[in-house]
Amino acid sequence: MKRVLVACGNGIATSTVVASKIRDYAEKEGVDIKTEQCKLMEVPGKGDNYDLVVTTGQFGGQVNTPVVAGLSLLTGIGKEETLKEIISYLK
Amino acid sequence: MKLKLDKNLVFIDLDFEKKEDILNFLSNKLLEHDYVKPEYPKAIIEREKIYPTGLPSLGVNIAIPHADNELVHKTSIAIGMLKNSAKFCSMENIEKELDVKIVMMLAIKEAHGQIEMLQKVVSIIQNDTLTREITKMTDKNKVLTMLEPYLN
Repeated sequence: MKRVLVACGNGIATSTVVASKIRDYAEKEGVDIKTEQCKLMEVPGKGDNYDLVVTTGQFGGQVNTPVVAGLSLLTGIGKEETLKEIISYLK
Repeated sequence: MKLKLDKNLVFIDLDFEKKEDILNFLSNKLLEHDYVKPEYPKAIIEREKIYPTGLPSLGVNIAIPHADNELVHKTSIAIGMLKNSAKFCSMENIEKELDVKIVMMLAIKEAHGQIEMLQKVVSIIQNDTLTREITKMTDKNKVLTMLEPYLN
């Protein structure tokens, strides 16, 4: 099972919504995943332990795991493309 | 979880141009009605500087300022519609400014378990017809009536 780290400013608000949308989409696509949340500032320290990092805020740090910008899952603009990109890393 | 909109926390036609003034106004309303701790207004301003909350939209751009859940007594949301737009930085790009017309200030008490409320807020953000409509309204009660089905 692939693991996704979802990060926002405090690791509570917008990352919760984004994590839920990723899980719903993965379930629909039949992909088994697990999501965890953290603060953006924790990503450089934690990110390498996951298969994918998705952020809602601006992330300029260094991490070896692929990072996808997930703001579209909140705004709805370009949501489908973002979900497809996310799932491509998790199959 | 049902979130009852507090009509004391919904404002239309706010005449502010600076985001700090809007943030202070809404956070102090939350404080006045005992939803948040006295430190909340300052924390909102500080957090917006580091992690801005402007969201681009197909309809009307919205900002969703929020602060540390430890500063919240009771989960709620304060909504302000601006007469003119104000500049907020984008959540995705701190250097990009967006003209925001709706500010939805989130006061979230529980660290987790607020997912339903947040999803409802997101359903409003993604509904460009609704956001365009409510910014045109001149009657606060009508705004409440329009928003409530999305939040309950």
